[in-house]
Amino acid sequence: MGWFDNGWGLSLIVFLPLVGAVAVLFTPKKNEAAIKAISLGFTAVTLVLAAFLAFRFDFGNSDEFQFGTDLTWIESINSSFHIGVDGISLPLLVLSAFVTILAVIYSFNHWPEPHNPKGFMALTLVLATGMNGTFVALDLVLFFVFFELVLLPMYFMIGIWGDKAIMKIPGFNREVETRLYASIKFFLFTLFGSAFMLLGFLALYFKSGEPGARTFDIPGLIELAPNFTGTFAFLVFGALFLGFAVKVPMWPLHTWLPDAHTAAPTVGSVLLAAILLKLGAYGFIRISIPILPEMAKQWAPAIAILAVIGIIYGSLACLAQTDMKRLIAFSSVGHMGFVMLGIASMTPVGMNAAIIGMVAHGVITGLLFFLAGSMSHRYHTRDMARLGGNMKVMPIMGGILGFTAMASLGLPGLAGFWGEFMALFGAYSPLAGLDTTLFRTAMVLGAIGTVLTAGYMLWMLQKVNLGEPSAEWEGQHFHDVDAYELAAWVPLVVAIVAIGIFPRLVLGATNDAVVSLVTKAFGG
Amino acid sequence: MTPDIDYLALAPEITLAITAVVVLLLDLFLPRSQKYWTAIVAVLGVSFAALPLIALAVSDVGDRTMLGGSFVVDDFALVLKGLFVVAGYLVLLMSVSYIESDRYYQGEYYFLMLMSILGTVVLASSRDLITLFIAIELVSQPMYLLAGWRKGDLRSNEASLKYYLLGVLASALMLYGMSFIYGLTGELTFAGIARAGAGMADDPAFIMALLFMIAGFGFKVSAVPFHFWAPDTYEGAPTPVTAYLSVSSKAAGFVALLVVLYSAFPDAAGVWGPAIWILAALSMTLANLTALRQTNIVRLLAFSSIAQAGFMLVPFAAAATTDAVGLGDAFAASVTYIVIYAFMNLGAFAVVIAGARKTGTGEIEGWGGLGSYAPGIGLLAAAFFFSLAGIPPLAGWIAKLVMFSAAMGAGSAWMVMLAAIAAVNAVIALFYYAKVVKTIWMDPVPATAPDEAVRTASVAGSLGLALGLSAAIVVAAGFFPSLVTFFSEATRVLAGG
Repeated sequence: MGWFDNGWGLSLIVFLPLVGAVAVLFTPKKNEAAIKAISLGFTAVTLVLAAFLAFRFDFGNSDEFQFGTDLTWIESINSSFHIGVDGISLPLLVLSAFVTILAVIYSFNHWPEPHNPKGFMALTLVLATGMNGTFVALDLVLFFVFFELVLLPMYFMIGIWGDKAIMKIPGFNREVETRLYASIKFFLFTLFGSAFMLLGFLALYFKSGEPGARTFDIPGLIELAPNFTGTFAFLVFGALFLGFAVKVPMWPLHTWLPDAHTAAPTVGSVLLAAILLKLGAYGFIRISIPILPEMAKQWAPAIAILAVIGIIYGSLACLAQTDMKRLIAFSSVGHMGFVMLGIASMTPVGMNAAIIGMVAHGVITGLLFFLAGSMSHRYHTRDMARLGGNMKVMPIMGGILGFTAMASLGLPGLAGFWGEFMALFGAYSPLAGLDTTLFRTAMVLGAIGTVLTAGYMLWMLQKVNLGEPSAEWEGQHFHDVDAYELAAWVPLVVAIVAIGIFPRLVLGATNDAVVSLVTKAFGG
Repeated sequence: MTPDIDYLALAPEITLAITAVVVLLLDLFLPRSQKYWTAIVAVLGVSFAALPLIALAVSDVGDRTMLGGSFVVDDFALVLKGLFVVAGYLVLLMSVSYIESDRYYQGEYYFLMLMSILGTVVLASSRDLITLFIAIELVSQPMYLLAGWRKGDLRSNEASLKYYLLGVLASALMLYGMSFIYGLTGELTFAGIARAGAGMADDPAFIMALLFMIAGFGFKVSAVPFHFWAPDTYEGAPTPVTAYLSVSSKAAGFVALLVVLYSAFPDAAGVWGPAIWILAALSMTLANLTALRQTNIVRLLAFSSIAQAGFMLVPFAAAATTDAVGLGDAFAASVTYIVIYAFMNLGAFAVVIAGARKTGTGEIEGWGGLGSYAPGIGLLAAAFFFSLAGIPPLAGWIAKLVMFSAAMGAGSAWMVMLAAIAAVNAVIALFYYAKVVKTIWMDPVPATAPDEAVRTASVAGSLGLALGLSAAIVVAAGFFPSLVTFFSEATRVLAGG
């Protein structure tokens, strides 16, 4: 299996979806069966390869980059096609391949309007290449390209297939369709962040050595970490922070998220929540902290404060929502707040919390968005005041919704528990040298956040699932879950239970890598 | 005394000149219904001009210097000649169906176009003030006529007149500056000026002369505040001519700026760097903000091209505060940006020609739903406009990257500030580029749209070829930037870095 291990396996996982997208583009629009077959085939092979990769992964050396290759790419700026996975990126890579194929299967029976499977599948596949690529890139320029590659498909997904309701643009006396507002807002916010992120990358490059010896290589730059100090490093960290924090998103840069998630078609929301948000937090763990450890320590209190504001604000905002999908969108702000709180503690336990929290949020919130999409598909509304008694109308869907909401509020035994619990644990005893009082306050506030999370999730369940169905649905027949929905959701339910019971599924890969990262960055 | 002539080195120029004359003669004798032959000869002639370039590139003679150092064929010249020939080829392809529909003066059109292409090719080799001036004028003069090509259209007349008057003013300024430089240094060749002017960077007359020249070039590249002619001229001129103006003519201005500043005034970088810093910041910011309000697609591209000129000037500003290696980096960054800009902007204009034919309008509003009835054009429009915005995986990103890289590499606070200005501008620019794509893909077909037959009519073969070639380059260079940086690295020698 030499070819698989020395870069080909990983490259195939990254680029097969892109090849699939090109194949879809060359398929006639009328031939929907072929379009479905191609997209399913390419995502299935990608998932199989990713699973095989996880199977062959050497968990004993999870702090080393495996299956990698390092090829010349842009000689003039000494940027190379350097890829590889370690224990930190492996779970996220598998998550990405896993959720992508479920999204493809789900769309087969739920094409959003305007019906255009060819365009929709091509964009989904391009998106997959961007997501997979970000998790394996070990060169800053390559990382940047993949990081940005997800923008175009998501922009089109929201803009073409998104919510057509008319809304008023805040601050302007104009009305537009929600999809148009949300898509460009998403694009502009992310590009604003990543433009400064790119300046930060370039600053690192020029500080990395004499002309000719400069590098964009992430492992190489980690070795040079002691060189990056003072105001320079402070500003660079700030620039990277802008890029990653917009993507996570952290309060107060989150305002694009509720709009984008709510306006996006179901599959778009799922991929956005499950994978795209992870790119930002992954950037912190992969780039900001190991390359600029001193600055990470300086910025940690600020990150913790913003994370806690995100938790509390996200939860309170949820309680103010009437739209079920918007509620789930705001819940992401809160959940990603826990992820960032874990990262801010700069401890192994906190970083582990962040990664398992990301994986859990990916499967749980992905499933919640699937459910919200299917429900609004049937009821033609997302207004929680009009929904209600769903358990009686569609018992299976209601049951899955109840289960997922429980997972989302962090019920022990399900996936959501570990990320929240360990993040709070990490905040209790942060890295030596960080302000313990501040972090413990953050922990207490975060704990209050978990209570609020339980509050709004149960509140949502009560409004949507329990009670009697409203009179307006009387006499109408609602079809409970169909085969495509089950095919997409059951694997997610299984994953939620499996990670909940065996957190080792994720932590077994991440732990050594995280410990080595923290040790390298902050010393024993 | 007969000068020693290297005919191979001159072969591209000779081919173009002969083609131009043949086109003119053919036009005299061909009956009206056969005039399309002029187009075929012109396209073939430009293609043939590329052959000696390849021969020169693979020959191991090294730099070929002629006429006492006034005319040099080195790697820099070859790369830029190649760019100008390919860009000219694409513009001719875009012209064929456009000009044919007018049915008059085809021969003259191609003759003038070929003369201007000849000017760009000579320009890349010129290494003294007089050759440079003649080459620049050879590029511009035919364009004054071509901008007014649609004689019956008042806006075309305005385009031509405005361009002519301001163009002549620019030439006068430039020439005035050049005469001072000659007076002060007693030299015409750039190498000589660099030698003789080494200690003159403090001389007020020298500084003034330099600023006059920069102002002249500023008109050619349409940098703010010398841009007033561009939007009106771009809108009034026939679209292929606009494409040529915004790509070849603008690139010619940049090439002139590159060779003059880097090879004649390397020691005065402290003078021209700050001046260019101001031009760059103004061009990016003002043009982008104005572009936000445009409703006509050609005017939008006009302001976009002014803003892009601002981005292209950023590495020049960096050159002032950097070391020798940084100087080479900045130089290579400019060349990379020019090459990529040429292809994405040509593609954008080819899309405008195809789209305007299908929608029957140049107003962006009228393009609503184009993606639904012409998905191919819609896809290409998205590719070229997002490339201009610098979104990976389209080639524009590497142009932006090397531009930012040159700015950050200089290491001074001023350049970091300029990089930050450029970053904010890149975000502003995305808004109006995305607006076009949004209209094409996300808006409904307007009631004013032409009927089915016009909307679904197929694109002319030559235009399709131009679209396909530029799209292939924009996508390939986006994934493999070395395809472009290989060439721009080769040109670095001129900056001595």
